[in-house]
Amino acid sequence: MQPERRGAPGGRATSAPLMGREAEPTLFELSSPGRVAANFRSTGVPEWTAEELVPASHLRAEPAPVAEVSERDLVAHMTRLSSRQFSVDLGAYPLGSCTMKYNPKLCDDAVARAGLANVHPAAPPSLTQGWMALLADLETALCRITGMAAATLQPPAGAAGELTGLLLMRAFHGAAGEDAKRRRVLIPDSAHGTNPASVTLGGYEVTQVPSDDRGCVDLDALAARLDDDVAGIMLTNPNTLGLFEEDIVAIAGAVHDVGGLLYYDGANLNAILGVVRPGDMGFDIVHMNLHKTFAVPHGGGGPGAGPVAVTERLAPYLPGPRPVRTGEAYEWVEPERSIGRVHSWHGNALALARAWSYILANGGDGLRQVSDAAVLNANWLRNRLHGTYDIPYDRPCMHEFVASATNLKRARGLRALDVAKRLLEEGFHAPTVYFPLVVDEALMIEPTETESPQTLEALADALLRIAEGDGEDAHHAPRTSPVGRVDEARAARQLIPTWDAR
Amino acid sequence: MHFVPHTDAEITAMLADLGLSSVDELFAAVPAALRLAGGLDIEPGLAEADVAGRFDDYAARNRPVGRDLVCFAGAGAYDHDIPSVVGRLAFRSEFVTSYTPYQPEVAQGVLQALFEYQTLVTRLYGTDVANASLYDGASALVEGVNLAVAATGRQEVWLSRGVHPQWRAVVATMAVGTGHRLVDIGLDDGLTAFPTGGSPGAVVVQNPNYLGCLEDVGAAGELARRLGALLVVVADPVSAGLLASPGSLGADVVVGEGQPFGAPLSLGGPYLGLFSCRKEHVRRLPGRLVGETVDTEGRRAYVTTLRTREQDIRREKASSNVCTNQTLMAVCFLVHLGWLGTTGLRELALRCARGTRYCREALLAVDGVEPVAAAPTLREFAVRTPIAAEVVVDRMAEEGFLAGVALGGEYGGGLLVAVTEKRARAEIDAYAAAFEKVVR
Repeated sequence: MQPERRGAPGGRATSAPLMGREAEPTLFELSSPGRVAANFRSTGVPEWTAEELVPASHLRAEPAPVAEVSERDLVAHMTRLSSRQFSVDLGAYPLGSCTMKYNPKLCDDAVARAGLANVHPAAPPSLTQGWMALLADLETALCRITGMAAATLQPPAGAAGELTGLLLMRAFHGAAGEDAKRRRVLIPDSAHGTNPASVTLGGYEVTQVPSDDRGCVDLDALAARLDDDVAGIMLTNPNTLGLFEEDIVAIAGAVHDVGGLLYYDGANLNAILGVVRPGDMGFDIVHMNLHKTFAVPHGGGGPGAGPVAVTERLAPYLPGPRPVRTGEAYEWVEPERSIGRVHSWHGNALALARAWSYILANGGDGLRQVSDAAVLNANWLRNRLHGTYDIPYDRPCMHEFVASATNLKRARGLRALDVAKRLLEEGFHAPTVYFPLVVDEALMIEPTETESPQTLEALADALLRIAEGDGEDAHHAPRTSPVGRVDEARAARQLIPTWDAR
Repeated sequence: MHFVPHTDAEITAMLADLGLSSVDELFAAVPAALRLAGGLDIEPGLAEADVAGRFDDYAARNRPVGRDLVCFAGAGAYDHDIPSVVGRLAFRSEFVTSYTPYQPEVAQGVLQALFEYQTLVTRLYGTDVANASLYDGASALVEGVNLAVAATGRQEVWLSRGVHPQWRAVVATMAVGTGHRLVDIGLDDGLTAFPTGGSPGAVVVQNPNYLGCLEDVGAAGELARRLGALLVVVADPVSAGLLASPGSLGADVVVGEGQPFGAPLSLGGPYLGLFSCRKEHVRRLPGRLVGETVDTEGRRAYVTTLRTREQDIRREKASSNVCTNQTLMAVCFLVHLGWLGTTGLRELALRCARGTRYCREALLAVDGVEPVAAAPTLREFAVRTPIAAEVVVDRMAEEGFLAGVALGGEYGGGLLVAVTEKRARAEIDAYAAAFEKVVR
């Protein structure tokens, strides 16, 4: 490909990136005693005093100190903070595993309706039929995408979905009287940290399965760890190296043979939409990160949504209540052997609705294009970096790949961290670094499908340029951002978690 | 409507660079027998305007609260005014479309906002340290209980029935995995009646409790201390504008639902879980924590800190599996509370309390309506009704009111009514009149 040179849309933002080389004062420093932004509607309600309303023993002596700023000061403050923040809307964000794709604006508007936003979660079903229909429609689509029978939309994030799935596993084995016997859950050594943490909170023991030299589950090692005390296995497919587990059918057979269940970590579901379904691979439980695959904006780290879909035999254990159509109307139904609630209400409803608007806009055909382009982009970029960066598992990848700076570190002291910080200077966000743990000096790169070939070209150029650079010089990067490298050790050693702790 | 920018010619050229001739070849690693034949069983993509039309249809089938359905329902989800600044500032795309601040040099905006948010949570609750938020009130309570159990090494948890029943349900779901022993502590005339002896690891009380009553947090704190437990308090952040802080009354961990500041009702999510504690427990704090530090030039900077607590480093030894939080909702919280300010927060709490008292007196004047408890309330109260509360809610909806939330059997039935600063005297008068009509 020789794309026409015409700048680099959506990528190289060095000329207009982040502003503000001086620290922005905190809201507390901007405070001026007596200044007020708030105002309240007139109600005509009698103006009893606090002392008349609340017994003295319960009252606070002094008002809780918040801040005292004008609305104008508040607006300036938040706007200045926003100018110190990189985002997908500003430029490419190839953060591996996190799927920082462009989030279509139509989805923002689709959910910004009073008829959705102003619905009370405890209102009776007669007043919430639209919401229940929306959630049920989303559930149906998610089941079709994953090849599952039923789903819960309650889990508010991927990790919450994992724990929900493990509790489903427990309930399933418990019903067979095998809860005490099945104590172990298998996890590949390349797994996300949330997997082992969720296993522990689910009351299970982690058994790690090593990867083979192709970066996939080692079948012999798996067989050696399988016994009738295994509750199940958690797999990400494609895995965290961006590689498809080609032996998935054999893995599923082996785990099912000992009575275990297969849990699909949907972190990488965006690679296989319309190509292959977890249900067809043999998985029993699937969580989906709607904020990754279905473009719910990441919001600086949430809110996300982590629905869990299951096969028919696990459906009776799903969290409840679930919206179910009975005749003409929807009702909240508690599955007969439900593990119980996993959310205060019905999950991150507006995030769920947003994902549904994205699915509707793309359609079945568009979702397949999403995966096609995500995989194409990742492979194209991998191919461009090949030879300059180490690619430890050097074969076609899915939606992301893991490069390594080991050779650059050896040659001129350029570590993965330096590459990341240099890339910030180039106007891109950095890849995920030092993960997965099975690769030294890892650079996990996920361009996503929404970056154009021109942006990819610019990103590749930047990464190749950085690789030629000097390690000593790179230690000083980034030099164009609002702050330079921050002292993380000091933050931990002299902990200042609030303004008042200074 | 598709969002992939590539032209057909570009796709062909990129494939050629890889020595491939078709997109299908990219998926060679997927066994042929597993491939989905015929594509996804999902309708073709819709144009932007058609998606909007579908959402109009869904919205039209709901009855949102507003002038046609005046809201008196609360139970952990409150109908507050949200000032314009929240939508205009928190929903700037820099906040909406960024991710967890892994690269602090280009994430000072989110990091500083979270630092300020953490400060506000500790100021409301009278605690030393707050995390960058959790998923919702229930998840914050689960994590609070887990912290107390880990800190004391005792798995018995005394859970007041005054705690939101759905949050208790989530705690019970998670206890299957952790093995905590939950002890249900009943109410006596609306207030938690704790036993005087035992060896719990956590004592959990909500204030104001689910029935709206003001609990004696100080006494619960003394009890917890005497028994060697930690006191976990579930506290409403709006009530914090008037009430003595849980931290000042002996709470070790204070959690809550942050929805009242900046989050619309939205069928219950996304909201945010508030989590804070005393500083001696900071190394057991779940989720993200932002701290202040400096950059290489000595400039003030912020970064996520004490990362060694977290799941990606501790893996199976982690005490929490939380990876993300609800940052965007925390930014909404910050903007809303920042706009209210010190005097506005107090005024908000006061206005809620005034409306609640006025409404309570009006309802108790209705024949056959009785208080569930005599204890003082603040922003919410419970009444027994002459007919089933579920029927009251249905009939009141026809009169244009969301009357409240029906109480479950464990409370002996009844209706939970919340009044916020939005309710005018005329609305409350009309509500009481309709109430009298429907319960007759």
